[in-house]
Amino acid sequence: METLKKEETKTNKQTPIKISGAEAIIHCLLAEGANLVYGYPGGAIMPIYDELYKFQDKLTHILTRHEQGATHAAQGYARVTGDVGVAMATSGPGATNLVTGLADAQIDSTPMVCITGQVTRHLLGSDAFQETDIIGISTPVTKWNYQITRAEEIPEIMAKAFYIARSGRPGPVLVDITKNAQFEELDFFYEPCKKVRSYNPVPKPNKKAIEAAAELINSAKKPYIVFGQGVILGKAEEQLKSVVEKAGIPAAWTILGLSAMDTDHPLNVGMVGMHGNYGPNLLTNECDVLIAIGMRFDDRVTGDLDTYAKQAKVIHFDIDPAEIDKNVKTDVAVLGNARETLDLLLPLLNENRHEAWHNEFKKKYEIEFDAVIKNDIHPTKEGLTMGEVMEEINIASENKAVIVSDVGQHQMFACRYAKFKQTKSNITSGGLGTMGFALPAAIGAKMGAMDREVVAIIGDGGYQMTIQELGTIFQNKTPVKIVVLNNDHLGMVRQWQELFFDSRYASTVMVNPDFVKIAEGYHIKSTRVKERKDLKAAVEEMMASKDAFFLEVCVEKEDNVFPMIPSGASVSDVRLK
Amino acid sequence: MEKEWFTISVYSENNVGLLNRISGIFLKRHINIESLNVSKSEIEGVSKFTIVVFTTPEWTRKIVGQIEKQIEVIKAFYHTDEETIYQESALFKIASDLLFDERQIQNIIKESNSQIVTVSRDFFVLAKSGRKEEIDEMHDLLEPYGIMQFVRSGRIAVSKTEMPISSILNGYYDYSK
Repeated sequence: METLKKEETKTNKQTPIKISGAEAIIHCLLAEGANLVYGYPGGAIMPIYDELYKFQDKLTHILTRHEQGATHAAQGYARVTGDVGVAMATSGPGATNLVTGLADAQIDSTPMVCITGQVTRHLLGSDAFQETDIIGISTPVTKWNYQITRAEEIPEIMAKAFYIARSGRPGPVLVDITKNAQFEELDFFYEPCKKVRSYNPVPKPNKKAIEAAAELINSAKKPYIVFGQGVILGKAEEQLKSVVEKAGIPAAWTILGLSAMDTDHPLNVGMVGMHGNYGPNLLTNECDVLIAIGMRFDDRVTGDLDTYAKQAKVIHFDIDPAEIDKNVKTDVAVLGNARETLDLLLPLLNENRHEAWHNEFKKKYEIEFDAVIKNDIHPTKEGLTMGEVMEEINIASENKAVIVSDVGQHQMFACRYAKFKQTKSNITSGGLGTMGFALPAAIGAKMGAMDREVVAIIGDGGYQMTIQELGTIFQNKTPVKIVVLNNDHLGMVRQWQELFFDSRYASTVMVNPDFVKIAEGYHIKSTRVKERKDLKAAVEEMMASKDAFFLEVCVEKEDNVFPMIPSGASVSDVRLK
Repeated sequence: MEKEWFTISVYSENNVGLLNRISGIFLKRHINIESLNVSKSEIEGVSKFTIVVFTTPEWTRKIVGQIEKQIEVIKAFYHTDEETIYQESALFKIASDLLFDERQIQNIIKESNSQIVTVSRDFFVLAKSGRKEEIDEMHDLLEPYGIMQFVRSGRIAVSKTEMPISSILNGYYDYSK
């Protein structure tokens, strides 16, 4: 896997070289440090694939089994490395298959560049074979997009694409390239983009706002931090820890903030949100100063906005001005990169401990432990629980694994019970809730962190949405660990049907195939666990495997995830059962 | 919050696709664009969108935030009617015989401050600039005689206060204000 290491391209800055547009794309990718791309070939992108063939010693192309898989793999890679993930597809159906991944990356602020082939320039707008208006289609789900129709546009647009994808609040960019632009020659000269005049990616921190924030925090009796992925994207993990420790503030993470702090840090009080922890949700409505850092007050976090933290002064640290006052009205807005703003905040904070306040969280944790956690991770009933599987994975991986979760009940169990010691270790589809995300994302995550264990936690429903990516794992011998928590149901929808639709299980029962046989068909080592006595050994065998491994755990069919804030209810109404 | 008329002024790069991106922001929030005008601005190479909406100040602020977020948008502003000087233009195509047969039409032309752009054997064209209400009023007066074609432009507006695009482009603008 040496090819995965970053390599500088050897372009001569003084004298432009005459090359084809397709070759120029390769040089641009290498110049941006992107030497791993995911994709799927087709007619309109063949010139670029021809160059990929010639440059395979410098640039690795991973053939996924579906273009959606390419986007999620690129996302997984981006999330684990912090670099830009790259996916490629042909025009028409290849391009439209990227849309889910683009939307996922857009809502979860993941840096990604997608390159699509397009019909040749003179055929544009003629309903040519495999022509689709991917610029029009992808506009609402991209940070930026552009259609290249002339080869000479390539260097500048590719530089801009990478710059926009990774700067400020990151996001996906799509570059559509007509076939003629791939064939045509240009005088190639590459210069990385450093500035776009109409784009201000990182607002300058305002000193007065930071002073106002510090004043509020210093005078607070019950300050409470809720942090999100902005901490990870801004590389502000150390700054967050310093602030939390100095001011003695209990801190909760959003689903995308997971792993930005050690799980076991004494001031980490757990997760907010619909299936977050009891205390962090309930005490949102008891704190006097709510400090939101790099999070966007998603409705799954706030529940009913009219009853959300109304008693508290709200301080919002964010890089994106459009997030300020979007959902929750703030008293102090601090714009900027969290690393920079928290660095400026730290010296202004008084040392504090807030012990009585922190004890409130401990008490609430005890209530949640007795009512929920105990039964989830140390069950006494016969059926296996998703929580105990997560606990075994924690033990076997010593909390060091990258956990990639899909969407549904298993995702909530994974995010509630997985323990983290290192940042960028939680990869999940938070905003879009894309079933089928985890298997391909785990491929990208593993290729981005070959020295780490990557464990995909997937339900039996989501698994079958992108199950074909087992072929990618087999072909590339990607040593990911795949855990399917099989309850023969679309568990989360079934839970809602049980609670809110009088147990009318409309289309949520799954008659599943033999998943172990399917994995075996791809020559992936696999095993199935049906009883508790076999769980530990199976998890250990999986974690010890040098190769990819598939583990199916047949769990209780009708378990529910709790705590739960019913949709539209207040965080104060968080239910334990 | 009460709905009001707002004029949103968007200064942007002149790029294909930006109109689609901006209109999508309104579409996503189910807010109707009452009028739209795109033209060059006072700064060379910078386009100006003038968009009129009828919605709450809260929604207008959020929409403007989302518009500004688009890469090719330099800056967006929003103003109430009182904060802007604004105009619309309209063209009326009317049968030529009316110009000679109906005395009242000549009075309408005179009193409305409109101009005759062209007269041919079959029709003549009236141009009228002004506020929406003035154009509506003229339309109502002419309608009984028969209007062959009518069209009104989107609003164009300038703000009473400064929109400091040059200082933004030159990097002097303080975003924290």
